[in-house]
Amino acid sequence: MTLTPVELESRPAGVPDGTAAADLVATDLAGLRARAAAATGADVERALRAARPTLADFAALISPAADGRLEDLARRARDLTLRRFGRTIHLFSPLYVSNECVSVCTYCGFSAGNQIARRTLSVDEVREEARTLTARGFRHLLLVAGEHARIVSKDYLVDCVRALSAEVPALSVEVQVWDTGTYRRLVEAGCDGLVVYQETYDRDLYAGVHLKGKKRNYDWRLAAPDRGAEAGMRRLGIGALLGLHPDWRLDALAVAAHARALVRRWWRCEVTVSLPRMRPAAGVAGPAAVVGDRQFVQLLCALRLLLPDVGLVLSTREAPALRDALLGLGVTHVSAGSSTEPGGYAAPDGAEPQFEVADLRTPAEVAAVVRQAGFDPVWKDWQRVER
Amino acid sequence: MVDDPLVIAGRTFTSRLFLGTGKFPSHQSLRATIEACGTGMVTVALRRVDPTAEEDILDALPPDVLLLTNTSGAVDADEAIRLARLARAAGLPEWIKLEVTPDPRYLLPDPVETLKAAEVLCAEGFTVLPYVNADPVLCKRLEEVGCATVMPLGSWIGSNQGLRTRAALEIIVEQSLVPVVVDAGIGAPSQAAEALELGADAVLVNTAIGTAGDPPAMGGAFRLAVEAGRRAFLAGLPAARSGAEASSPLTGFLST
Repeated sequence: MTLTPVELESRPAGVPDGTAAADLVATDLAGLRARAAAATGADVERALRAARPTLADFAALISPAADGRLEDLARRARDLTLRRFGRTIHLFSPLYVSNECVSVCTYCGFSAGNQIARRTLSVDEVREEARTLTARGFRHLLLVAGEHARIVSKDYLVDCVRALSAEVPALSVEVQVWDTGTYRRLVEAGCDGLVVYQETYDRDLYAGVHLKGKKRNYDWRLAAPDRGAEAGMRRLGIGALLGLHPDWRLDALAVAAHARALVRRWWRCEVTVSLPRMRPAAGVAGPAAVVGDRQFVQLLCALRLLLPDVGLVLSTREAPALRDALLGLGVTHVSAGSSTEPGGYAAPDGAEPQFEVADLRTPAEVAAVVRQAGFDPVWKDWQRVER
Repeated sequence: MVDDPLVIAGRTFTSRLFLGTGKFPSHQSLRATIEACGTGMVTVALRRVDPTAEEDILDALPPDVLLLTNTSGAVDADEAIRLARLARAAGLPEWIKLEVTPDPRYLLPDPVETLKAAEVLCAEGFTVLPYVNADPVLCKRLEEVGCATVMPLGSWIGSNQGLRTRAALEIIVEQSLVPVVVDAGIGAPSQAAEALELGADAVLVNTAIGTAGDPPAMGGAFRLAVEAGRRAFLAGLPAARSGAEASSPLTGFLST
């Protein structure tokens, strides 16, 4: 399959055919949401027993009707996770390179209108941050930046990746979305993974929370993982910001359908899903809905049943007790000791963080907890080969 | 069973159980399991090896156990070849478990790319043990390019479904001139015994042992099962029959 290369200035409306984004657009999410609302105990029972659960089964598993079956759901999720991933938990760290941003997004601390201290690391400073993190054990780093095409330019990102690729076995990026050609440059520089959260899959709400900037283009963002995969990215991460939508089940259904579509279209890629719950941040409104711990666990376990081989990522937004309890229950990838402030590892100087971190333990402390829970903390699980 | 050794590429193995290492809860547990199951060869993914780490997975391997580096993560022949060369450059043994699994979900091997990579790696002097689908013709082709074994799957990795490919495995065992190691899908000691009973030379197990409640104890159970299966094979298993068979001949009167 070939996507038509497009310049940023001439982004087409809609999503290209033959992409996971197109598959998602064609999915009857409203119908699935209705099934979740109408699900009965019998639907839940059938979904729990299904050898290969469908999206309709997933709808039943996240429904209120499944609440009473949470223990059964958790047991199945644990068994599946163990079988596929073994007694291992992968550790990674975000590395914030810049909090400059021209986009105005109502939920984000980096939003352009917010009066915060802005900072963009030089390539040397990025290297220093990476060395601090590798000294703490990390071998998989996720480069994160706000959206500023001039300050956080494609050339800058390529330079950062190139500077780290010799020292860091696995590199992913979570930055503004780019065209296929830019993703290809990043891959050639040594980037293996692309993380793009759609935040919310509801088009109206999306328009309502992304007030200004390139992030406003819903379709262009939705098809970014497809473009990354086409460019040779090996790991694709997607997610939704839980709490942004008053109806969290709608976004849960969409992210599940999107992940499943990516798995089918880009069958050589490893797909991960992250479901961050909204946290307080500078200048932002609180969540439109509070997803309780019980519902959060229900959702993660249901995702495991639908997608047994997809990595489920948990960040330090979540509190230690919940993070520890979720080990092996479906979650496979955790960050640890994270700072969301650019330069926050090697030389913190008070630049504003993107959101507040709830788990403040060091990587070594988190690794010890992982071990105590009977899992091997895996720091390195990737070996780049030069092409 | 020292009197019935398995020889692969000139090296003698007293145990017919090989161990995968990717799913163990800790390095200590892995080491204890290696000792309990008596294996002489374990496979480790190069992507997990990290000589710069405080605690590397290779530190868990006893010195007398052969390290079989695997190319997990390779999606084509080129990547597998480069991973093998990286292993060689890092000073690891030149025994390579060739895995070309472009699909990260079922981890099913790509036969075309596996054969291509095997050809190159054998020519470069590696001892190549390829993980393949249970395809008898592919196994013969791999044997022809110089592979030290063939490693057909029983069922897909981590599935614990046992020998779903049994009929094809029987043909592979019948035809092969190199040792046949059944790899992947073996979920219980009884299934390992079954593989040895049907004539496989060895099995490679990871998930069933690494994710067991007590991995070293499960490793010990597999050790016994593999020995039992091998002894049964050597003793000559009576063929299974669909009906009962009278123990006194029905036509005995004809010879009197």
